[in-house]
Amino acid sequence: MTVPISHFVTFAAVLFAIGAAGVLLRRSGISILLGIELMLNAANLALVAFGRQHGQLDAQVFVFFVMAVAAAEVAVGLALLVAIFRKQRSIDVDRLNVMRW
Amino acid sequence: MMGTAVFYLVAVVGVVSAIAAVSHKNPVVNVLSLVVTLFCIAVSYALLGAEFLAAAQILVYAGAILVLFLFVVMLLGAPEEPPAGERRPFQRAAGLALAGITAAGGVAVLAGIRAAGPAGAAQGTADALGRLLTGPYLFAFEFISVLLLAAMVGALMLVKRKH
Repeated sequence: MTVPISHFVTFAAVLFAIGAAGVLLRRSGISILLGIELMLNAANLALVAFGRQHGQLDAQVFVFFVMAVAAAEVAVGLALLVAIFRKQRSIDVDRLNVMRW
Repeated sequence: MMGTAVFYLVAVVGVVSAIAAVSHKNPVVNVLSLVVTLFCIAVSYALLGAEFLAAAQILVYAGAILVLFLFVVMLLGAPEEPPAGERRPFQRAAGLALAGITAAGGVAVLAGIRAAGPAGAAQGTADALGRLLTGPYLFAFEFISVLLLAAMVGALMLVKRKH
């Protein structure tokens, strides 16, 4: 194991920032969900790297739970997108202003 | 060193495909690029000794979640983003600036980390993780099944056509 932990977490930080850019810049609902997935995976990678640094397996159990919660989040998020598309014929988040007062 | 070369290769490929995943206009390309990034993350898990998570990453993320994404993209007819009718032109600059600050802050904080503890020899095999999941984390493990059931029922309710 010759790659230092800091390189793994730097990789994770860059992936997180790319995901954040996707969430902030895109207007399609699907792309925003993809950005959230990327951010979750970057956080998972950082967790595994730090768990390795401390020689503990609990971080990997935590990542396992994050994966399960992300699966649930994606299922509900995509169902919401399908429902919104049926109602509005669009998933452009700029046009989703029915809740605005 | 073999592992070092593999890590830097997957880091470069992962970052490039992540950029493609958030910037390309075609949603199908977005989803397929994200599959490549998730494979690169799975390789990183394997290099970190998390063998079970590497397998779960490929099965759950690349296998199940992104296929779900692909289904929805196809179901909605792969809607392209409409050409930007920039009503708020500062949005793009502000978003890029915020993401840049996130990257700079994260790299500045995390790149300085030196391995403090003993570099762990803990191997994340299915055996070791299974013992933890059915031991100290048994309640959380069982509760995840309730969460997944609730998410499944919720998703069905949301897309059910009202008669």
